[in-house]
Amino acid sequence: MPERPTSRLTFALGLILLAAALIVLPHLVSLSQKEVLVLLVINVLLVSSYRLLTLTGEWSLAHAVIMGVGAYGSALVSKELSWPVPLAMLVGASIAAFLAFLLSFPLFRMKGFYFLIGSFAAGEVIRLVWKWSELTWLFGGPKGIKLIPPFPDIPVLSIDFYDPVNYYYLCLIVVTISLLILYRVERSRIGLTFHAIHWQDKLAESVGVDTFRYRMLAFVISSFFAGLSGALYAHYIGTVNPNRFSVEEMTYILIWAIVGGTATFYGPILGVVVLTVLNEVVLRAIGVDEMRPMLYGAILILFILFLPNGLESLVPKAKDWFGGRKQKQAKSEQPAEAEQTAK
Amino acid sequence: MTLELFFQTVVNATYAASYMALIAVGLVLIFGVMGVINFAHGELYMAGAYAVVALYAGMGINFFVAVAIGLLFVGMLGLLMEYGLFRPLRDNPLGGLIASIGFLLILQTIAVLGFGVQMEHVPPSTQGKIVFSDGVVLTYQRLYVILTTVVLLTALWLFLRKSKFGWALRACAQDREAAVLQGMSINATARLAMFIGAALAGVAGALTAPLVAPTPQMGHPVIITAFIIIIVGGVGSLEGAVLAAILYAFVNTFVTTIYDGTLANIVGLLLMLIVLIVKPTGLFGAKERA
Repeated sequence: MPERPTSRLTFALGLILLAAALIVLPHLVSLSQKEVLVLLVINVLLVSSYRLLTLTGEWSLAHAVIMGVGAYGSALVSKELSWPVPLAMLVGASIAAFLAFLLSFPLFRMKGFYFLIGSFAAGEVIRLVWKWSELTWLFGGPKGIKLIPPFPDIPVLSIDFYDPVNYYYLCLIVVTISLLILYRVERSRIGLTFHAIHWQDKLAESVGVDTFRYRMLAFVISSFFAGLSGALYAHYIGTVNPNRFSVEEMTYILIWAIVGGTATFYGPILGVVVLTVLNEVVLRAIGVDEMRPMLYGAILILFILFLPNGLESLVPKAKDWFGGRKQKQAKSEQPAEAEQTAK
Repeated sequence: MTLELFFQTVVNATYAASYMALIAVGLVLIFGVMGVINFAHGELYMAGAYAVVALYAGMGINFFVAVAIGLLFVGMLGLLMEYGLFRPLRDNPLGGLIASIGFLLILQTIAVLGFGVQMEHVPPSTQGKIVFSDGVVLTYQRLYVILTTVVLLTALWLFLRKSKFGWALRACAQDREAAVLQGMSINATARLAMFIGAALAGVAGALTAPLVAPTPQMGHPVIITAFIIIIVGGVGSLEGAVLAAILYAFVNTFVTTIYDGTLANIVGLLLMLIVLIVKPTGLFGAKERA
């Protein structure tokens, strides 16, 4: 982080440039790419919320399902109870957080592999409950919930959220606020405690840190924002089903986090942005959707073998490469952004 | 539930326990020796099934020859994983797990590109069946699975107990460092464990191919089942895996028969969560390994 005033200035400049680029971006791309942009912004929140959990050293395999809990919750509250959509979104996110609170009791008795598999099992149970024929009246079975109310238009300003550009701006605002909160949490004493639990949990316990409660806190906060990303998704796409939140989706979250790296706040964001752009470009080039899992699998293996710390570990090297302090701050946002606009 | 249905369910559960035991034992063997949870294990099972789809259903080769080739082929895939993924990541168990997820995606895509996403129909290799006195039926096709499991697992047990390689393998599973200090080659044992573990999953897939209608996604429920079994049985315990496979297969088959499949899956996962919470070392496991 910038300490000297000059680097603080370049940092601020970089942020303004980034903001400008993000605002202009949707007007430069095609309609299908606008759709991708909306999903990308939602996924940025998803993977960033995932990172907060990984701070404590635990890798959950339930995060995609938690996102789904937010999506289902928000969809049901707005559709069945006719609550206004913005409120329903918060309720959905809160349901996801509350579920994480409940799941903490069994899951945080485990660590490492056991937590990984335990969270996987918990997620699968939730998915099966959505699919279960006895509860079709509520969750709609394997077909899920359709005709989810869209985000209400604002007639006064004549903003129609059916337009992906407007929904993109909405997501951008929600996600930016969420990211600021996540960032503040990480930089606070709580966030430092998360780090301490990750690296030295016995030591942290011995100085009086209740590691269970902090793990739970990380899980609850991360699940709230995962749920929020799910709610944003549900009211955009208009339909949710159990397969949308399957373990395959979970592997994408893992891949984004691994490819980007989880040591820095921007690492996972870098991962999701670069891979989404790559996906768009490569898909256009090859034109075969079926190849996608294989490419992702190969990328995952190559990264874990040759760049285990992710793309973020290239950033300091790139800084050294360019030498000058001018590019220093801009580098962290630039690679992703440059590729975005390059299209 | 009539008596007839009860006995039929017992027969069905025995069949299910057999192939689940093959898969779970392979997974436990790999975890025991390498310390890596192989997420691609379900896809190794799928690869075995597709070997039979290609060789037996496609080219008309004798069913048992196709199964044998499938076994070798999937064993080779295991070796490929060991050389390409697990060996470079030996000191990074989480890395090995993530690499196996990558491998899983690649195998699935190869199956989709080679055979398409639709279900494959594999004709049964025999129409024969045993009809017990009160109308309970066991087809030969299922009998093959049960017999092969008994033979292979007995052979594995003897191999691990009696042969020098088997001793080395178990030694590595108990304490890798100490085993290396005694002059055992960690690479040789890992190679062996990976080949056997993968081949067991492959042979399970190959044998059940005529019974399950293979799809590229067929590995997904299988890996979940295998996880449940190894957790319930105690991670790292081969005997525990076999007992847990039997327990899980009976619970699952009976709940499916009486209620429905989704509930059976939920019950299985809850069983695993309860074991994880109450006794993380597993119901039949010895000591904790992680």
